[in-house]
Amino acid sequence: MSTEMSKEERHPIESWLRMDRIPHIWCPGCGIGTTLTAVIAALEKIEANPDEVCVVSGIGCTGRAAGYLKFDSFHTTHGRAIPFATGIKLANPKLKVMVISGDGDLVAIGGNHFVHAARRNIDLTVICVNNFIYAMTGGQVAPTTPLTAYSTTSPYGNFEPPANIPRLAEAAGAVYVARWTALHVRRLTKSIVEAIQKPGFSVVEVISPCAQYYSRINRLGDGLDMMKFYHQNSLIKHMEPTENLDIQYQEQIIVGKFVDRERVPFTELQKEGCN
Amino acid sequence: MTAEPKGVLTGTHELSGSQACAEGALAAGCRFLCVYPIVPAKDVSERFFARAKEVGATFVQMEDEISALAVVLGASWTGKKSMTVTSGPGFSLMMEHVGLGVMLETPCVIIDIQRVGPSEGLPNSPSQGDIMQARWGSHGDYEVIALSPNSPQEMFNLTIKAFNLSEKYRTPVMIMSDAAVARMKEEVIIPPANQIKIEPRRYFKGPKEKYLPYKWGEDLVPPMVNIGEGYRFHVTGLTHNEKGYPVMSDECQELNVHRLVNKIRRNAEKIVEVEENKTDDAEIIVVSYGITSKVALKAVDQARKNGIKVGHLRLITVWPFPDKRISELAKRTRGFVVPEMNYGQIAFELERCSHGEANVAFVHCKGKEVDDLKNIFHAIRNLLTEKTGREEIIEYRNE
Amino acid sequence: MKANPKDVFSGTYYIDGDVACAYGAAAAGCKFLAGYPITPSTEAAEAFAKLAPQIGAMFIQMEDELGSIVAVLGASWAGKKSMTITSGPGFSLMMEGIGFGAALETPFVIINIQRGGPSTGVPTRTGQADMMQARWGSHGDYEIIALSPDSPQESFEFTIKAFNLAERYRVPVMLMSDECVGHMTEKVVIPSASEIEVEPRRFYHGPKDQYLPFKPDRDLVPPMVKAGEGYRLHLTGLVHDENGYPLLDCDIDEVNQKSTTRRLVDKIRANADKIIEIKEDSLDDAEVVVVSYGITSRVALKGIEQAREYGIKVGSLRLVTVWPFPEKRITELAHKIKGFVVPEINYGQIVFEVERCSHGKANVVLVPHGGAGVHNPDDIFEAIKQVAKNKEKYEGVVEYRTSLERLIFG
Repeated sequence: MSTEMSKEERHPIESWLRMDRIPHIWCPGCGIGTTLTAVIAALEKIEANPDEVCVVSGIGCTGRAAGYLKFDSFHTTHGRAIPFATGIKLANPKLKVMVISGDGDLVAIGGNHFVHAARRNIDLTVICVNNFIYAMTGGQVAPTTPLTAYSTTSPYGNFEPPANIPRLAEAAGAVYVARWTALHVRRLTKSIVEAIQKPGFSVVEVISPCAQYYSRINRLGDGLDMMKFYHQNSLIKHMEPTENLDIQYQEQIIVGKFVDRERVPFTELQKEGCN
Repeated sequence: MTAEPKGVLTGTHELSGSQACAEGALAAGCRFLCVYPIVPAKDVSERFFARAKEVGATFVQMEDEISALAVVLGASWTGKKSMTVTSGPGFSLMMEHVGLGVMLETPCVIIDIQRVGPSEGLPNSPSQGDIMQARWGSHGDYEVIALSPNSPQEMFNLTIKAFNLSEKYRTPVMIMSDAAVARMKEEVIIPPANQIKIEPRRYFKGPKEKYLPYKWGEDLVPPMVNIGEGYRFHVTGLTHNEKGYPVMSDECQELNVHRLVNKIRRNAEKIVEVEENKTDDAEIIVVSYGITSKVALKAVDQARKNGIKVGHLRLITVWPFPDKRISELAKRTRGFVVPEMNYGQIAFELERCSHGEANVAFVHCKGKEVDDLKNIFHAIRNLLTEKTGREEIIEYRNE
Repeated sequence: MKANPKDVFSGTYYIDGDVACAYGAAAAGCKFLAGYPITPSTEAAEAFAKLAPQIGAMFIQMEDELGSIVAVLGASWAGKKSMTITSGPGFSLMMEGIGFGAALETPFVIINIQRGGPSTGVPTRTGQADMMQARWGSHGDYEIIALSPDSPQESFEFTIKAFNLAERYRVPVMLMSDECVGHMTEKVVIPSASEIEVEPRRFYHGPKDQYLPFKPDRDLVPPMVKAGEGYRLHLTGLVHDENGYPLLDCDIDEVNQKSTTRRLVDKIRANADKIIEIKEDSLDDAEVVVVSYGITSRVALKGIEQAREYGIKVGSLRLVTVWPFPEKRITELAHKIKGFVVPEINYGQIVFEVERCSHGKANVVLVPHGGAGVHNPDDIFEAIKQVAKNKEKYEGVVEYRTSLERLIFG
């Protein structure tokens, strides 16, 4: 449909998308689309060579991201996007390898790999879209679901303390950690630029609405209502200690850049170590 | 195409099965090994690691077997021939990614140095208990290629063959070795590089915008590309069309499964390799594979010396199974004796393919030659006098 | 032993297969479910999560399937009837855990709501391609029991049966359902507790210091104990003797003499006749027998009906237990009939068992299906016709070309 339009009418990011797969599967009000736009905007900003970018994602709603981006992209198994990406990066270090996946995929089943990749400081940019729920499979509780929130497998309200992704990333060794919401498009883009350009393991968490499951089951409105909530309740506090970044149910969300430090990336360690 | 000289350690060497395997991989052009340590697989890694720098290969140890095979798949897509080595418990953990490798049609080699199972079993003792798992371990429909070396020399030769088959059919290939062959030290002859045939990866050569990741030709195998060359391809573990895009329909599922399965089934004749010995006039044929074939051959000799017309068939490829050959032989022989270091796995395949034309006797081998030899010989003798058409697998328990 | 009335939600319901499994587990006395969400099994876990506080059961959603299966084993050794619920990819991840459970002779139930594969496949649509994996998926030698329900009612009943078999034989039992049955909504009648037989765990009652965890009774199954009662037992996945201690520093002969591994396999093989359950129809004078399981057996009914109207003497053999496989019955039937027709939603799995047990005495025709849907009954009818009319003996399994295949390949 887009080929008939004139250059001025075409959406500016079309050349980065697999237009033959649009419309995508995400729901109205979902924040993943916005996140993808920010990723593309970031790649444009740094004038990345699209032939050298490789995107790997896991299973879940965010996991479908790889399927819409026009790079060499892989839709792999649940929780194993990071090791798959590690294989690619180590075998061909000149590629820019990005992992775009959800909170469940990266921090639940993929938790072990998340920790080790951060520990080793593998040069990957990880975009973790956190919608507090397992949406693709129908709305089950996730390790990031805030206390008391409802889901199909926490029908009496979640009683498990949720994970604090920036804190986990920092503790494990990530060199760059930032968190934004799907509302903060420009700041998110800027963070993604920094994350890509930073050698080592970088994590950008994106708090995103899930209109179909999280906000519907908890009667929080639709996507737009969630965005309004983020607008009124997010507080930018750069370099805030990560232990203060827990997210309580329907309370203030602290966003910003929290970790930006230097550690030798894995490929260099490997080169030095083997000599 | 022949082997790259820097990976080939030409000469005659005293090597263990594990070391020979590492050398075979390097000779085949493998430049990426990713593992998770497990007894008895560590010797392969150690040899590979020792040689990696001079050959220009990469060695990575991951946090578990699941990620190890994921890394191998990722590395393969950059154009590097990749491999992992494990044993029973690790092999079990890899099953989901075997499925991913099959679905993405990623060439790679998985080496399973089998040990006694189930579960932790006996880490240092050899076994042949993962053979059926190699075929059926992952979910969904798919076919595998699995080879069974019986000596260090074969560990070298068959590892090269494994890489060649994996490139030719764009599929993970397994080497079902065991702790005994891995540790055994024997003379291994490594020929000059120009005498080692290597199957090159089949790359797509047309215009970039016309590339379809899963468009297949006559032999049902689609040509591949590498990441980072401007093809901008997408591949997924979901059922997909030629473009690699997921399509959730009956037709797409049927097409996908049909092709993945037939890619191996239709080419089975070219893949299957067996070694036969005196099967023409045999009244009893011993069918063995891997480590057990050594003691099986001794039992066959002993039986021949005792006047029994015994033949031997050794499975070099265990999967695909040589259905047709077994059916053929079944018509000409009284029975098959199947010695294995497990409680019955390939014996079931023998029963299946015999179609009632020959009896099948299973012999549990424990890995102690003197006992195993005795038991196989007894089974041969007993089977000779057994009435035909027994319609079940016979086990002559120890006398 | 009868079911506990507090666990049984008697009544007539209109629910899907997944949810029926949850009710069946509750009725069987299951007090622990550890799972991980995977389409198309999520409804079962969700239903159990809701029921759990009412029946005094524990539900936990683990971080992945590996955690789930191992948590199930732990809970079972703490004395609770335990289960997990999953689908293909999760089932593959559980293989190491299943082997571990089999080695420890831990009773537990795994429900696999099969979907189209391989790999991520078609998550929201059906398949029956994990059948061989159920039998051989883990490394080493062991045996399991697997059941195949064809409706929500059977999903309820067979879940109870699965728990009973698990307790009786101290073995992993798999309920191999599929997305079609799992998402099919039908009438399910849950009877009163007094009508439901529940197998209690066989506990040891002798003196504590004489307890040998892996010393079998006459039926080759050892009585069990649970953690926290002073038995100070040690359990390991390493090859062990009757005491549970690993046989690591022993020579081959000693290992062979003392190890319990052979019994893991014999335990099921020797009791196969008591475990196997099949549903037969019109086999006495049958010329052709349709062997099927799960949802396909319902689809096959239509094909069989058409064949009977056409004048062919068709019988049906439905596998309630798929593993252990009814070898003897197939061998027996093979002598009397022209051939078997095996429709399955895969490209050949159970058909190879039928081939194996026929010993060449009857033809075997596979009616395959890639998944993401069920068979067209006409294909099953045509395959029956083909077998009935055919005069020659086939060598091996012959694959029937289905209408879907012809549509795609011409």
